[in-house]
Amino acid sequence: MGDIAERVKKIVIDHLGVDADKVSEGASFIDDLGADSLDTVELVMAFEEEFGVEIPDDAADSILTVGDAVKFIEKAQA
Amino acid sequence: MFDLSGRKALVTGASGGIGEEIAKILHAQGAIVGLHGTRVEKLEALANTLGERVQIFPANLSDRAEVKALGEKAEAELGGVDILVNNAGITKDGLFVRMSDEDWDSVLEVNLTSVFRLTRELTHPMMRRRFGRIINITSIVGVTGNPGQANYCASKAGMIGFTKSLAQEIATRNVTVNCVAPGFIESAMTGKLNDRQKEAIMGAIPMKRMGTGAEVASAVAYLASTEAGYVTGQTLHVNGGMAMI
Repeated sequence: MGDIAERVKKIVIDHLGVDADKVSEGASFIDDLGADSLDTVELVMAFEEEFGVEIPDDAADSILTVGDAVKFIEKAQA
Repeated sequence: MFDLSGRKALVTGASGGIGEEIAKILHAQGAIVGLHGTRVEKLEALANTLGERVQIFPANLSDRAEVKALGEKAEAELGGVDILVNNAGITKDGLFVRMSDEDWDSVLEVNLTSVFRLTRELTHPMMRRRFGRIINITSIVGVTGNPGQANYCASKAGMIGFTKSLAQEIATRNVTVNCVAPGFIESAMTGKLNDRQKEAIMGAIPMKRMGTGAEVASAVAYLASTEAGYVTGQTLHVNGGMAMI
């Protein structure tokens, strides 16, 4: 995993308090990692802060997994 | 009464009568208190009276950029705001048919929109820390209505709806959001009433007296406490029995 993926993973682990080995690329925040809707908003805000990108609400709605977040941030920073 | 040692509180409108009492009581319970207001001299005088554990944050709440800056500054300089008391409020009374757009807009801006903006700045850090107390000072007239105060009553009723929505959204983060609704309290705001108005009001108050700022502040101190952790989305009425709702 690249640098962005590692940083995303770290945010998810810190925020949701889950084990690192559960945070795979395909892991769904809500279904696999036990996040509620407020957690997903907080994660998006944390990604925005960490990477200096803006994630509009409609884009945020489509970020459901760790991989989705990494892909969005890679694109936004490209 | 309720130990607030180590807690950091921001009180808006602390240069006013009720705000001053709220700041004093939170300070007396051990909190570090940030005093917001528009009148710097009054804030400084209050800060001098309180002595230690106090800081002033002058800002104009009708200026949206200043509201945002107030939130950021208080969060940074107090080292995290645990208790936010949205107390600042203005009146621009007049009968509805003669109410100007300006009088409507300015009251809604200061009493409601600034609460939204300041609370938004400070809520997320509270959620992160898994502790927060947001206390909005509304008014009995936000529930009962009052002739000549359509703008003020709308802003205070809006505050109650705002409180209930936010309380539901962030309850899982151990951040509570409540209102305190004073009835008629001895203050500059009620000091403007003439004797006939006062007499009419006394007739409607079972306790036959106006309340004091300290009695309102005590309700705030309770809601700010750890002990009030299971109370959220509520409006605590402090009105001498004037309305039992």
